[in-house]
Amino acid sequence: MIQTTQLSKKYGNAEVLHIDSLEIPTGQSFGLVGNNGAGKTTYFNILLDLIRPTTGTITNNNIVVNTSEDWKSFTGSFIDESFLIGYLTAEEYFEFIGDLRGMNKADIAKFIGQFDEFFNGEIVGKKKYLRDLSKGNQKKAGIVAAMMGNPQVVILDEPFANLDPTTQIRLKTIIKTLTENRDITVLISSHDLTHVTEVCERIVVLDKGNVVKDIVTSSETLKELESYFAV
Amino acid sequence: MISHFLNLEWKQFFRSASFGKSIGVKILLGFFALYFILMFGILGFGGYYILKEQFPTQDPLILVNSYLLFAITGDLIFRYLMQNLPIMNIKPLLVLPIKKNKIVHFILAKSSVSFFNIMSLFFYIPFSFVLINEGYATAGVLGWLFLMILLIQSANFLNFLINKNNIALWVLALILLGGFLVQRYDVFNLAGFIGQGFYFVYQNPIYSLLGVVLLAVLYFLNYKQLKNQVYLDEAIATKVKEANASDLSWTEKLGDVAPFIKNDLRLMWRNKRTKSSIWMVAVGLLYGLFFYPNPVYASMDFMYVLVGIFSTGTFLINFGQFIPAWDSSYYNMLMSQNFKYERYLKSKFTIMSISVVALFVLGIPYVFFGWKVLLVHFAAMIYNVGINTHVILYGGTFNRKKINLDEKAAFNFQGTGAVQWIIGLPLMILPMGMFALINWLVSFEIATLTLAVLGFIGIALHKKLMAAITKKYIANKYVMIHAFKQEN
Repeated sequence: MIQTTQLSKKYGNAEVLHIDSLEIPTGQSFGLVGNNGAGKTTYFNILLDLIRPTTGTITNNNIVVNTSEDWKSFTGSFIDESFLIGYLTAEEYFEFIGDLRGMNKADIAKFIGQFDEFFNGEIVGKKKYLRDLSKGNQKKAGIVAAMMGNPQVVILDEPFANLDPTTQIRLKTIIKTLTENRDITVLISSHDLTHVTEVCERIVVLDKGNVVKDIVTSSETLKELESYFAV
Repeated sequence: MISHFLNLEWKQFFRSASFGKSIGVKILLGFFALYFILMFGILGFGGYYILKEQFPTQDPLILVNSYLLFAITGDLIFRYLMQNLPIMNIKPLLVLPIKKNKIVHFILAKSSVSFFNIMSLFFYIPFSFVLINEGYATAGVLGWLFLMILLIQSANFLNFLINKNNIALWVLALILLGGFLVQRYDVFNLAGFIGQGFYFVYQNPIYSLLGVVLLAVLYFLNYKQLKNQVYLDEAIATKVKEANASDLSWTEKLGDVAPFIKNDLRLMWRNKRTKSSIWMVAVGLLYGLFFYPNPVYASMDFMYVLVGIFSTGTFLINFGQFIPAWDSSYYNMLMSQNFKYERYLKSKFTIMSISVVALFVLGIPYVFFGWKVLLVHFAAMIYNVGINTHVILYGGTFNRKKINLDEKAAFNFQGTGAVQWIIGLPLMILPMGMFALINWLVSFEIATLTLAVLGFIGIALHKKLMAAITKKYIANKYVMIHAFKQEN
């Protein structure tokens, strides 16, 4: 689904990302881990064509992301709060995103209805603008918006950060059901090794922009990762 | 301790991210300040002689005194609208071992050296100087000046007590208006009465100490109020407003641009920065009233163009000049959403065009100043829709500055760059110059027609122009994404 070839990003002389080859097949739940500055967000930003690579390309479903915009119709993403429109209420925001993704009012209501438990009564019907919600609740709204309109690729940067324990567990269930039928590819980055090993079947470790580990998740994975990061 | 605070303030000023970038704006503000200082200074030095010449039979000091009531109320209204309590960034200080009293005193002391308090001194001090020079009692004049300084400081602290209270604003406006009417129709010589009070202080300077009492009381009230508010859930807290959802389903008639237009309408209603811009639109619409009643301008046909372009295009200019910076805080998201850039720009074009037509309709009463005026306004409307919308959208591709929607608009130059100043040229000066030239060479009718025809050409070429503009936006996409991420 997503092919990365000879990708690099340089700022001046500093190379922040260098991936020779990385292929993510359709339906995989893919986890990206690494310390601060490892290049996780940079990778996602290039994948979303928000920054340009210095060399190389990423293709998303055979579309080179920085030459055509067609990938936008099947890719949902949430990187950070700058993806939210602060002066809208959550409902209005979902309506806006839904509109752009070709959903009608009934579709949107039905879709949002599935997440009642996840929202825990704190997002919808609260008469609050997104900018006035807590960080965790903002994140919940953003994550759900990223899944609107039947995307084939869902990209979430640090989805577990700022969430309370209950919501973290619920989010894990949501991500697992998303990849159950193996037609949606999910990309997640995280600092939390436990969560990411639980939901991802494959984990790639980045360090200073380079792929240093590429693991198919097994019962040993968490230990392996912990010993890698314990330096 | 105070030196610590001052040190922090200093660093805050010089290390703010926008310091180097917006130096042009700072210089401009500096010029404004200099202009005010100069005008006040000239009035201060020359005021005595001007009054003497205009009203040879009256004492200039008494004349000045009699208008102090209006000056002070006006000053309060001005402060009410412009001045904010300088709550410095005290959140991180609250948990440090610093007494709250000290923090509060510092905030208050800092406010008393604000520009608002210094500005009018540029009038009062030279004026007093001249008075002494002209043989007024030195002690009396100094007492009077002392009282003025105290009153300015009192106004400063009174403003913080009444600020955010709309009733207070109305009361002030009422005093100003009531005082004016009372004076105008000779009901009661209010100004003279108040003026006598000030003259009394001149005669008995010891009474200026009453000002000290007033100032002390106001300072104490401020201190008490503020001390109760240095908690995270009080003054420092960001206020959470209940969302007001209005039904915007009528926008759906506009087709595929509806989601964006809905957003833009909400953007305007729900953010401080844009809300105050809406007032600017009202002012822009009434712009003609500054010119048309004046026979000097009424005979200059090309002024109609200026007023026409401005009054029908005031929204276009206010809103359009910051496209796409209005959306800067979530530009990343927009750029990864499923829509074509053209649709986004089309929505901006639609909203601006609607505003131009609506403002023209609202401005129809200008026909009172002659059918020629309305005719030119009509042509200006077409010119606005056909040419200026495209020009301003094109200008938007040069926008590189983020806009923080939560800040007030008056004197807020955030997001302003060279573009905003330069774009005014083709928007207003060009049609005006062209009109003036043709009007002079050929005739009024042809000049008006030319304006309209140009507008129609723009409308006819709309698709092509938009395609070119869109291309330019896409080419600038990454630069804008990067620039909008920078906090100023």
